[in-house]
Amino acid sequence: MSFPIQHAIYLSLGLFTLGVVGVFLRRNIITVFMCIELMLNAVNLAFVAFSRAQGALDGQILVFFVMTVAAAEAAVGLAIVIALHRTRDTLDVDAFNTLKW
Amino acid sequence: MLEAILFYAFGGLALASAVGVIAQKNPILSALSLIVTLCSLSAIFGLLGSPFIAALQVIVYAGAIMVLFLFVLMLLNVPRQEEGDGPRGMLKAVAILLGLLFVVQVGAVVAAHEHAAAPAGYEATTESVAQLLFSARFLYVFEATSVLILAALVGAVALAKKDL
Repeated sequence: MSFPIQHAIYLSLGLFTLGVVGVFLRRNIITVFMCIELMLNAVNLAFVAFSRAQGALDGQILVFFVMTVAAAEAAVGLAIVIALHRTRDTLDVDAFNTLKW
Repeated sequence: MLEAILFYAFGGLALASAVGVIAQKNPILSALSLIVTLCSLSAIFGLLGSPFIAALQVIVYAGAIMVLFLFVLMLLNVPRQEEGDGPRGMLKAVAILLGLLFVVQVGAVVAAHEHAAAPAGYEATTESVAQLLFSARFLYVFEATSVLILAALVGAVALAKKDL
């Protein structure tokens, strides 16, 4: 391997930050969801990089479970988005404030 | 040498398309940018010696999850985003500032640590990952994920159904 492992961690850090900033910037609830997927992927990259640095396989197993949870989360989340769109007829996150105080 | 060139090329592509995800006004273009990010990350997983995760990334993320996203986007006929107003503009500046602060803080911590050279001969093949996944250590967790997937399946159908 001819590149330092830290650079993979820096890439993971950059992708995670872009995901966090995207959650704050975007008003469309589906784009907010996509930013969450971006954060999950950044964490996966950190897991794989640490797994490579340690020479242990446990990180790979964790990535597998993170992907499973991400798939379940996307399915349920998008179902909620469809239900919200049916009742409110909008996807703007500012329109869903019933639970806010 | 070739590995390093590919790593920085795909890393740059992943970052650029991630910026595209949050900068696009049209959610469909955001989704397409995210697919580019996920595929570049798959290449980076391959370069880090994890062919199994690289294949899983393309199959599960780019193949299944993003298709679901695009399906919902096209089903709901999402309009383009309108520009944010007063308090939103303030939030935008604060979000970017906090993001930069986060990068500097965590980057400083990572840079401050001495990293030992990665052990040579590491290869997380499908076989070695499966040996560990189906060992007594992770078998029950693996079975629990199948229950999770089933619960998510039932939950998604129940939520999206018009009248239950």
